[in-house]
Amino acid sequence: MAGSKEIRTKIKSVENTRKITKAMEMVAASKMRKAQDRMRAARPYAEKIRNVAAHMSFAEPEYKHPFLIKRDTVKSVGVIVVTSDKGLCGGLNTNALRVAVNQMQAWEAENLSVQVCAIGNKGLGFMGRINADVKSQLIGLGDAPHMEKLIGPVKVMLDAYVAGEIDQLYVVYNKFINAMKQETKLEQLLPLSGENLGAPKGHWDYIYEPEAQVVIDDLMVRYVESVIYQAVAENMASEQSARMVAMKAASDNAKTVIGELKLVYNKARQAAITKEISEIVGGAAAVSG
Amino acid sequence: MATTIQIDVVSAEESIFSGEAEFVVAPAIMGEVGIYPRHTPMLTTIKPGALRIKLAAGEEQLIFVSGGILEVQPGLVTVLADTAIRGNDLDEAKALEVKRLAEETLKSNSSEVNYALAQSELVEAIAQLQAIAKLRKTTH
Repeated sequence: MAGSKEIRTKIKSVENTRKITKAMEMVAASKMRKAQDRMRAARPYAEKIRNVAAHMSFAEPEYKHPFLIKRDTVKSVGVIVVTSDKGLCGGLNTNALRVAVNQMQAWEAENLSVQVCAIGNKGLGFMGRINADVKSQLIGLGDAPHMEKLIGPVKVMLDAYVAGEIDQLYVVYNKFINAMKQETKLEQLLPLSGENLGAPKGHWDYIYEPEAQVVIDDLMVRYVESVIYQAVAENMASEQSARMVAMKAASDNAKTVIGELKLVYNKARQAAITKEISEIVGGAAAVSG
Repeated sequence: MATTIQIDVVSAEESIFSGEAEFVVAPAIMGEVGIYPRHTPMLTTIKPGALRIKLAAGEEQLIFVSGGILEVQPGLVTVLADTAIRGNDLDEAKALEVKRLAEETLKSNSSEVNYALAQSELVEAIAQLQAIAKLRKTTH
């Protein structure tokens, strides 16, 4: 029975791989549900803060925040690239990074310098390899995004914007459409345009306490942070759903491979038995004859 | 005349409270403010402290907030609560820490980058092995 032992070991190993991919699929499915819940939980805040920001940008107080002012010449661009920390999630990170790199090349062709904020291990590693100008980074987010961790990396980019080191800020992430579909998005964060915020219902100005500038500064920073938080939350839900799909495909493939190997194994086994029988029959015929 | 006011307390990570209230006390940056229905529109930052909400049913609800922004409209109070204790110095420290990390990663070929590189090499090696295995299978 030549080779049958090898085939048996091979079947065993593919079966083990399948166990792992199956387990990862189920873990991803349960994590996806939680990530989706978190994504939804973040929506009311984003909605409210957007309304307030919209009111404010139309209310025209004496102070106009730098985030709202469009600059005439754009010399330098910042981009926040949101990726996952771990791999094995299909083409999710590849898609986001492809969009980011294409856009970065387009900017560089226009002689714009590009500064990067990498969120997620995959993006950071990639940006390091292509020698991008990584200004800030955030890795090891875990399963739940926390605003506290985002404040630092976002502030670096916002400070750069206020200081005039970058004139526009973009974010690249995977938007969660449904469990089977994610869409890579490139969105402009700064300068904020009125269309992004949407028109307010009604028109009034607020009483600002202590004064307009302080409140508007705080509000604008929180607004941008909430948009980025939302992007990270969407990306995490996308990551889990992409992983679930990828692992399901891997498990299915493993099943097919096991089937094929079993067929080969049984054929080899049957051939060996047939051979043995014909040998016995041949031997018996020689003795009796 | 409306005798109650809709109050929503939300944070970036979750919705904390939503309901009708008769009276709300919030720890605004300039001192506590009490808000009755039909208050004039107001926007203020709030400092860490307790938010006291007198519900329409007469009960009182206390919510601790670690700062944020309070928006008041005649029939609506929105508290945009922070999930972390904020402050210019604290935020600055976080930003500096992140900057330092990024520079370090760029300078020394730090473990993360090496890890990513090693992983991509591993994927390539596996692909090669699979190709070899396939070739063997077809020639046998």
